[in-house]
Amino acid sequence: MNEHQTGPLLEFKDVSLTYHTKTGETLAAEHMSFSVSEGEFVAVIGPSGCGKTTVLSLAAGLLKPSSGEVLVYGKPPARGAEYLGYMLQKDELFPWRNVESNIVLPLEIKKMNTPERRKQALALAEKYGLGGFLKHLPDQLSGGMRQRAALIRTLAAKPEILLLDEPFSALDYQTRLTVCDDVYNIIRSEKKTAILVTHDISEAISVADRILVLSARPARVTASHKLGFGSTVPLKRRESPQFSGWFETLWRELNA
Amino acid sequence: MKKTLSCSPEHALYLKRIKKKSAIVQVARAGLLIALLGIWELIAGLQLVDPFIISSPSRIAVMIADLASDGSLFYHIGTTLWETLVGFVIAVALGTGIALLLWWSETMRRVLEPYIVVLNSLPKIALGPCIIIWFGSGSASIVFMTILVAIIVVIMNMLSGFMATDKNKILLLESMGASKLQILQKLVIPSAIPEFIGVLKISVGMAWIGSVMGEYIASKAGLGYLIVYGGQVMRLDLVMASTFILCVLAAGMYAVVALAEKLLVKK
Repeated sequence: MNEHQTGPLLEFKDVSLTYHTKTGETLAAEHMSFSVSEGEFVAVIGPSGCGKTTVLSLAAGLLKPSSGEVLVYGKPPARGAEYLGYMLQKDELFPWRNVESNIVLPLEIKKMNTPERRKQALALAEKYGLGGFLKHLPDQLSGGMRQRAALIRTLAAKPEILLLDEPFSALDYQTRLTVCDDVYNIIRSEKKTAILVTHDISEAISVADRILVLSARPARVTASHKLGFGSTVPLKRRESPQFSGWFETLWRELNA
Repeated sequence: MKKTLSCSPEHALYLKRIKKKSAIVQVARAGLLIALLGIWELIAGLQLVDPFIISSPSRIAVMIADLASDGSLFYHIGTTLWETLVGFVIAVALGTGIALLLWWSETMRRVLEPYIVVLNSLPKIALGPCIIIWFGSGSASIVFMTILVAIIVVIMNMLSGFMATDKNKILLLESMGASKLQILQKLVIPSAIPEFIGVLKISVGMAWIGSVMGEYIASKAGLGYLIVYGGQVMRLDLVMASTFILCVLAAGMYAVVALAEKLLVKK
């Protein structure tokens, strides 16, 4: 993919999106422009119902923009493209499949369920502490472990870009902090580019290199902040003195 | 029994109480049956009501023994059982297939919805004369009636099972680039298995309704035929005996489905 690596990995160029329903049309995003470069961890925050998830759906190629362009590697993203991994709010593990066959699900769907890819995916599971649970059913796992399995599933097809849709919000607070650390470390050490959508300001500050602030519907990018925590892990960031400063800034921007 | 040894006395007491309670239920169940049969036998035996009209357990037993001795009992049971089973299997397979098609195509679903609703509320017996004319007065008619009665329930329940597939799980598969066929195979069908078992349970009952109803309107053999015949010649013993056998068969078939559920769900 060398030919693409000159520009940003993912780019929104003046993107607008209108939803059509029977009762009318809703402008969900308007003139949205931003880009994400390789290896960056970008958090997108915004008031609830502003269309944060829309951003991910556009990036994943699940929705096509009404106007403007979404480019990944310089091209409009194809649904289910190999370089994209989507992670949802709940783990959405299939209860009738054990952890192992849940993890290799993307390989099955993308028709690349070769012994080699399988081995790589399971090695990933092993590396991040799921080795002993591969034959377990999801119901036998704790919430944190399930979310970790969901992340490994997302990583199984070796995506370059991870799209994370509030992946911690279904967990209780205690678990959320540790899973957040967990996921952050895994994404960092696997050197992935990530876009995290969340309504939780402190979560955004604790994981991101950069934070995009969206306005209320129709969503526009109103601010972009580079945080400068470097590779400090989420829990340590929460203890940092800059943390509350950022929190206040973002809080004011969200409620402007 | 080793398990009970390893648990605390309190837990043992708890288990004992549960066991006792379920024993009481079992005894009461059997007791109720025996009491009812006893009262029935008594009323008939003391001629409080003419046993010609109400029959009696002993007369039913004699009747069943009579039917069994000349082999006709098994012929009639076999006929009805076969018709019911064939109708049931076809209704479940075909109904599930149709439900899959309806899940697949929203247009087809919307086009066919009113037809299904009307067909569901139509008393199927109304089609009796048509069925006899089309399929004759033999097993074909009865199997058709059985399918007709059972299939609508299968279609409606399976479709609602398929439609209830978790939207987020569909989104997840879509984000992986799954085709509609893959979504069907990997998600929709496996997640509708509990619904399928439920449908089996309901449609077993429906199939019995269908086959006996079919035998009422057109047949030369079967338990439904025996019941109608017995009614026409005022042989209540025959009617009651056939009804009793039907009860046993229906319960047996339900038990088989329940067993299938246990095996499937354990997985």
